[in-house]
Amino acid sequence: MSWELFRLLVEASGFTILYSAASIVLGFFLSAAVCAGMLSQNRAASTAGRLFVSFFRGTPLLIQLLLIYYLLPQIGLNVSSSVAAIIGLSLCTAAYQAEILRGGFQSVPRGLVEAADMCGLSALATFRRIRLPVAVRLTLPALTSEAIMIIKSSSLISVVGVVELTTMAKDLASSTYQPLPIFAAAGLIYLIINLVVAGFGLTAERAARRGHA
Amino acid sequence: MTSLLGYVTGPDGLNILSGLINTIILWLVGSAFGAVIGFLIAVARRYGPRPLDLLLLGYVEVIRGTPFLVQAYLLYFGGPYLCAGFGETSVCLTLDPFAAGLLGLSIYGSAYYSELFRTGFDAIPRGHIEAATTVGLDRLQTLRRIILPEMTMLVLPSMVNMTILMLKETAVLSIISVKELKFQVDIIGNRDYAFVESFTILALVYWALVEICGALGRAAEARLSRYRFAHS
Repeated sequence: MSWELFRLLVEASGFTILYSAASIVLGFFLSAAVCAGMLSQNRAASTAGRLFVSFFRGTPLLIQLLLIYYLLPQIGLNVSSSVAAIIGLSLCTAAYQAEILRGGFQSVPRGLVEAADMCGLSALATFRRIRLPVAVRLTLPALTSEAIMIIKSSSLISVVGVVELTTMAKDLASSTYQPLPIFAAAGLIYLIINLVVAGFGLTAERAARRGHA
Repeated sequence: MTSLLGYVTGPDGLNILSGLINTIILWLVGSAFGAVIGFLIAVARRYGPRPLDLLLLGYVEVIRGTPFLVQAYLLYFGGPYLCAGFGETSVCLTLDPFAAGLLGLSIYGSAYYSELFRTGFDAIPRGHIEAATTVGLDRLQTLRRIILPEMTMLVLPSMVNMTILMLKETAVLSIISVKELKFQVDIIGNRDYAFVESFTILALVYWALVEICGALGRAAEARLSRYRFAHS
């Protein structure tokens, strides 16, 4: 395998990173809403949140992506395949992140919240200063794993014709008849990206722990 | 609804059924192989020599750090180029889609299952094993009577999660033309230009299977709860 082919793969991996990062960030905001719904006292909101999480965690991402890709034009939203892919990935990761956040919020020690209450913090201040930071700190390892999961899952958006690392590897493999080195190189690039993300995750955990016993 | 029944009772029904059966075979056999190989990896890493532990660590990290689709492509398209010479003859890893899919799933699952078992081993309190030794159990008895039952309880919830993940990964195999459920329904969807309908039905079928698996897992957990012990 030539350097030229490897360079093409590395360039395509930029799209993998771009789509994954966009989906993880969008998914995080969406997951906050879903998590709020699940933890809400409102029956309808909590049922909706639970159904959302159950559906997107209970069906293969490949089918979610294809469903969204074909459904959007039918309901009058003519978006490009890359936008459809980002929507699909975001919805899926939102479900996983919401479940992770829910676990995090439910593990915040009651005593901390009660203490904040006793000190006279408002509900909003308690949320912003106590519950949110503690929940995020508790869930950082799981959120890192979820980010890695989405980077790997982003390979599936190749089926709706979005150019990224796996699409490029597939095209190069069929045009050069060198599937073995090309797919191995693609795997290596994914591995490196994920190791870097795992490293960032550990750094973030360490930073979040600083100053906390 | 009548048109749906037409699909199921018509000639398409047989294709859908064969796809569903293939999906379930791939899922259950792939998970079983994955769990057994994963268990062996976890045991080898715990009791084996250090170089073996490092080698297996590399295996687990590579499998867990790369997409399943890329692994499937590598196995299915790259396999025929992966040859080993034995004197005059050379053997290549040329697999039909189903075999490649099953092998791929087993390899993929083994890495994840091995990590579950490894955390399970680590979570068993040392005192329990020491107590077993003190009352005169040998290593095999300790494994069979203490470690395995306690570990089953510890890893069961994550085992169920992983097995659900395996079911969802089987759908990816349709991309390398394994004739499982998604592959068969795809054919009908393409033919009748009914993409949204076919993917909606697929989603509902997988969702139902996942919920059934989850419910079975919770039932097993409740039944095996006599092995649960208080964490010290």
